[in-house]
Amino acid sequence: MITEHPRIVTSRMGYDDSYTLERYLATGGYEGLRKALTMTPEQVHEEVNAASLLGRGGAGFAAGRKWSMKRADATTYLVVNGDESEPATFKDHLLIERDPHQIVEGTVIAAYAVGASAAFIFCRGEFALGYERLLQACNDAYRYGALGAGILGTDYSLDLVIHPGAGAYICGEETALLESLEGRRGFPRIKPPYFPAAIGLYGQPTIVNNVETMSNLPWIILNGGAEFASFGQGSSAGTRLFALSGHVERPGWYELEMSKTTFRDLIYDKSLGGGVRGARELKAFIPGGVSAPWFFPEHLDMGLDQDAVGKAGSMLGSGSVVVMDETACPVRVAWRITRFFARESCGQCTPCREGSGWVEKVLRRLEDGYGREEDLDLLLDTLDNIAPGLGWPPKQTTICVLGPSIPSSVVSGISRFRDEFLVHVKEGGCPMPPDEVRHG
Amino acid sequence: MGNGGLSPENLERARGIVALYPEPRSALIPLCHLAQAEHGYLTAGAMEDIAELVGCSPAEVGGTASFYDMLHLEPVGRYVVAVCTNIACMLAGAYEVLAHAERRLGVRTGQTSHDGTFTLEEAECLAGCDKAVCVQVNHRFFGPIDADGFDRLVDDLVAGRLADVVPSHGVLSRVHREVGLTARQAKAGREAGKSEEAGQSDETAGRIGS
Repeated sequence: MITEHPRIVTSRMGYDDSYTLERYLATGGYEGLRKALTMTPEQVHEEVNAASLLGRGGAGFAAGRKWSMKRADATTYLVVNGDESEPATFKDHLLIERDPHQIVEGTVIAAYAVGASAAFIFCRGEFALGYERLLQACNDAYRYGALGAGILGTDYSLDLVIHPGAGAYICGEETALLESLEGRRGFPRIKPPYFPAAIGLYGQPTIVNNVETMSNLPWIILNGGAEFASFGQGSSAGTRLFALSGHVERPGWYELEMSKTTFRDLIYDKSLGGGVRGARELKAFIPGGVSAPWFFPEHLDMGLDQDAVGKAGSMLGSGSVVVMDETACPVRVAWRITRFFARESCGQCTPCREGSGWVEKVLRRLEDGYGREEDLDLLLDTLDNIAPGLGWPPKQTTICVLGPSIPSSVVSGISRFRDEFLVHVKEGGCPMPPDEVRHG
Repeated sequence: MGNGGLSPENLERARGIVALYPEPRSALIPLCHLAQAEHGYLTAGAMEDIAELVGCSPAEVGGTASFYDMLHLEPVGRYVVAVCTNIACMLAGAYEVLAHAERRLGVRTGQTSHDGTFTLEEAECLAGCDKAVCVQVNHRFFGPIDADGFDRLVDDLVAGRLADVVPSHGVLSRVHREVGLTARQAKAGREAGKSEEAGQSDETAGRIGS
């Protein structure tokens, strides 16, 4: 159901000048930081633990717990991940462009709590306007006294650097992001160590948190972690920013109470998605970014809940929901998603580098009418070499999780729409080409 | 340095960027953006300058830059037009828009028009899925865009009507950092036993806040 709840991260989106310091200050900006600095770092950490705030980047790891894993060291870093690139995910883009000060404020609060010596916000390069606004917010925050020496009249000091990416999906993976921040190719690092909290930027303990995670912190400090946790349910506490796209009447971003709001609400409610475009039938939807296995009409009444979605064999991931109506071709959609992974594979690990390319080629020939019936088994066999067993959560043969994300769309498509895959073989191509397709 | 190196102004700005980081090498990608802002792509001379500024070889600059989609080792058009064809945009007809763009601009995807005005790219998801089909020109967003919208966009670009919105290719940001690392400077000042001047001394050029 659509519930009453405060707008925690989108409270300023109604203002045209939401990104300016003036608007930020006029709407309670930097009050969370002011309060945090009257508390001890441990107390700030405790509030975030009480909020049960799960990281909003995609993995859904408890933010407070992540902070606890940091190795004690004189030099530690906080890195904020604003490299949002998971297809169909556009909530960090919104937060960066429309409320950069909220990210800066959350970043200072987090740095204070974890005792970071310096902080970096890694902004996806393609967000040129967002990068400009983050830079402006950083300049203005220094002048206002929310960054730099003696923040807001206290003896707490912190420097912040806004760092631009340069176009690579893989840099959203936190160890690849650190490589990129060190001025290198975005190659994910070999694990262990599993968390940069042990060994991160320049080999120092580093906390890497997502932009939306940071954006929640000012509210949590001002209103209390318990108040935040009173929204949502269980581990899915608070509200979350969902990005809805595809075949819906009203694609867009919606801040919703987790768990209690359902996929049906998100897609069909008139104030939200407004239903499938042109009143067509819902065929399938992706519940959390293209790395997630697909859901179908029978999943509509499930809450937007990390645990529930996980138990049902997919993930809430980055909070992006893609709707496909009856005209969507599952071969074509799986091909395009696989093509993305093939293009963005960093190339370090053979299963991912080779597997993604071959799976893409086989899907392409099915779509173009050159496929064979055996291709379906060939696809599954190839994918099984990337993520053995093809289960969920996927097993991993690669350094990072890009590889194990490849099977999701193809396995979903073949399992559910096997007949439609076979029609491509029998009819010599796609029976429903919705637009002009060509090799890119 | 000749051969397309950084201008004196940008060399100065580049040194300021290097000073923001605990390790100079971290400035490599920001400096590549700076060089592209000046030349539209990464010239050999600029890569030599960057190598010297961050302390690596020019080959390492090229080897790093070649990993990233936004960094160009060869000249591109004044406007790099990127049509997203990933899932949400594809469902909205992105391949039709891309095919139309090829006809309108007279190039295939990946090519630059003869007059050097347009380079056409097929982009991966640009995080503008609520405005599918999403198009970027020099990394500024437009959407939703259909074939007619694409023609209007090109007309506007050619007529110079979008000059305020779309800077020339390579200009990632028209805003620059204006404040130094004042926390580090203050700390270094305290440690040196004097207040403000010490922030400028060489020994503070190491790790931020360490």
